Amino acid sequence: MSPVMKKHAMPEQDPKVRAKNFNEVTLGYGEDTALAEAQRCLHCKTAPCRQGCPVEVNIPEFIQHIKDGQMDEAIKSLKSYNSLPAVCGRVCPQEEQCEKHCVLAKKGESVGIGRLERYAADYAREHGETVTAPQRAANAQKVAVIGAGPAGLTAAGDLAKLGYAVTIFEALHAPGGVLMYGIPEFRLPKAIVQQEISNLKKLGVVIEVNAIIGRTYTIDELLDEEGFEAVFIGTGAGLPHFLQIPGENLNGVYSANEFLTRCNLMKAYQFPKAATPIKVGHKVAVVGGGNVAMDAARTALRLGAEESYIVYRRSETEMPARLEEVHHAKEEGVQFRLLTNPLEVVGKDSWVTGLRCMKMELGEPDASGRRRPVEIAGSEFTLDVDVVIMAIGQGPNPLIQSTTKGLDTNKRGNIIADEETGQTSRPGIFAGGDIVTGAATVILAMGAGKKSAAAIDKYLQEKRQ
Amino acid sequence: MFKIVAKKVLSPTVKQFAMAAPQIAKKCQPGQFVIIRIDDEGERVPLTIADFDRDKGTITLLFQEVGASTQQLGQLEEGESILDIAGPLGNPTHIKKMGTVVCIGGGIGTAPVYPIARAMKAAGNRVISIIGARTAELLIFEDEMKNASDELYITTDDGSKGIKGFVTDVLKRLIDDEEKLAEVMAIGPVVMMRGVAEVTRPYKIPTVVSLNPIMVDGTGMCGGCRVAVGNESKFACVDGPEFDAHQVDFDTLIARQKMYIPLEKKSCENGRGGCKCHQS
Repeated sequence: MSPVMKKHAMPEQDPKVRAKNFNEVTLGYGEDTALAEAQRCLHCKTAPCRQGCPVEVNIPEFIQHIKDGQMDEAIKSLKSYNSLPAVCGRVCPQEEQCEKHCVLAKKGESVGIGRLERYAADYAREHGETVTAPQRAANAQKVAVIGAGPAGLTAAGDLAKLGYAVTIFEALHAPGGVLMYGIPEFRLPKAIVQQEISNLKKLGVVIEVNAIIGRTYTIDELLDEEGFEAVFIGTGAGLPHFLQIPGENLNGVYSANEFLTRCNLMKAYQFPKAATPIKVGHKVAVVGGGNVAMDAARTALRLGAEESYIVYRRSETEMPARLEEVHHAKEEGVQFRLLTNPLEVVGKDSWVTGLRCMKMELGEPDASGRRRPVEIAGSEFTLDVDVVIMAIGQGPNPLIQSTTKGLDTNKRGNIIADEETGQTSRPGIFAGGDIVTGAATVILAMGAGKKSAAAIDKYLQEKRQ
Repeated sequence: MFKIVAKKVLSPTVKQFAMAAPQIAKKCQPGQFVIIRIDDEGERVPLTIADFDRDKGTITLLFQEVGASTQQLGQLEEGESILDIAGPLGNPTHIKKMGTVVCIGGGIGTAPVYPIARAMKAAGNRVISIIGARTAELLIFEDEMKNASDELYITTDDGSKGIKGFVTDVLKRLIDDEEKLAEVMAIGPVVMMRGVAEVTRPYKIPTVVSLNPIMVDGTGMCGGCRVAVGNESKFACVDGPEFDAHQVDFDTLIARQKMYIPLEKKSCENGRGGCKCHQS
């Protein structure tokens, strides 16, 4: 058995260099390292790693193929479970999923499953992969998928493989959802996302962009007039929250969604070659402690900000961001102002000049089990910044719920759907991903898309009889 | 791709396109808008739907060349295409029978007022319209507005056509003449809409304005278009674009509209049309 207790390191761009460019931070394994890492897998019969994967990739199988140098087989195995392996290998929080259950993790570090998945997907992309469209009957039943994010793409891919005629309706001009507008280029190159999506199209999935469901079409029109027999809603959590503090409408205050959309989807970092502008602050405060906050703070540095601060009201232990993201942000020079709560955005001549904050200390645990931050009297101070980015979470966009009768939602506005099937309160309408759960991870959305695709297949087979 | 099926040059800087967009033409209602993107490097620009023809499957877009993107758009000819049109977006105007309705259009704001005036009249209202511009050459949609209205007043700042003065001067006169006005609808430059709101405020005449803040996606996912209405922050793209004029914080809107002016200048200088905009 392999005595190597640690994962093989993955090369990265030097922090000083990468903090100034939008190129990918991590560089991926080379052939030798990938082979050596694959050798660490013990091929446990029970494969506990699989229970941690929301789409149940056959992990020991694809790793065995890498060991055997059968890269075509490796990607075939991966793709039979996961339509977007190049994405998942990069952005999944493996430490909480597959790698958490790896037996090697008990005594050392788990197998680098995510890194190997990425290696296989990148190998396939670089060496050319052939995608053959599955057989589809002339009278195949039509399924509409709303939203081309991770949930919708996964559901569409699975349904196409089952022989359904699938159309994805996407409101933006490019499919991918958060993979395109949210996660930055330096973590997930957009060319890779589009390549994985073009493979889905080769499966026969039609993607209609610029189609806003609730406006361009309603769900009832899709069902009653356009001939669709089932609908999957995967519209995500795209409605940004603001703190509702004074000064939030000053120039220089962004939601993280706007800041990241301008930069990622619209390529404002290439302005003026790309036409969309962005305000590059000298000193930027990002409010929040999740992955979106890390993405925004790191993006601000790359745009040329001299100082980029994370302002978070709890301590580092409570931060919801992945450890790796926090680590990367620190390496690049992002400064953390922890136990700090914003009270007001202050400005002059309608532009931001600072963020007035209060120091906090941790009190008793609250309902979420995290220690509640309590204000320290008399600790007010003003952080000198000229751009403020709010990254305090997102909610569901109400457009579909408000234009579809009989679709039940909870008090937060999320669509109520069965956890195992995605079935909503209306027959034939399924939902999954962030629109049901609230903002979560890419892979959980993909898992929900997968379960819904299976449930839609069952529903349509019964309908046909 | 969306094809330009007809192009009209209304003035050196104001152009009108009929675009082939059948699904949008089928669905759109007065008061709604679209987001367009010219090409792969393009930005997303909101434009109000000035008219539509459901049978031909076209929508009419009208724009003034004020910066790099609109100037680039203006150079396109009939038969050429743009990459993206998303819509219809925003809430439709509330159209119902109310009595006498005043429809006010300032500058190219007259274009989006036209389908509203037409629908107001079709709903059985008496429609009095006031359209205004700085000077006679900048007046648009005069014939259309005449057909859509029971009475039409024209104003120019320099008196080169119609009444010399502002649209608000005519509105004041209508109020003084004790016309019972059920609603005033105004679309145009923010300064004009603010002026209309101030005229009607003391009389508590319901007044609706269509706001034009900076937008990116136009579907409610970024909040770039947020405006202060009453004591709340609203997203104009999904909560509007029409709001109660007496509740709108126009000063914040004006300030936010200016956010990118230095960068817009840079965009022009860098070959996106080489426009003469923002030169004082």
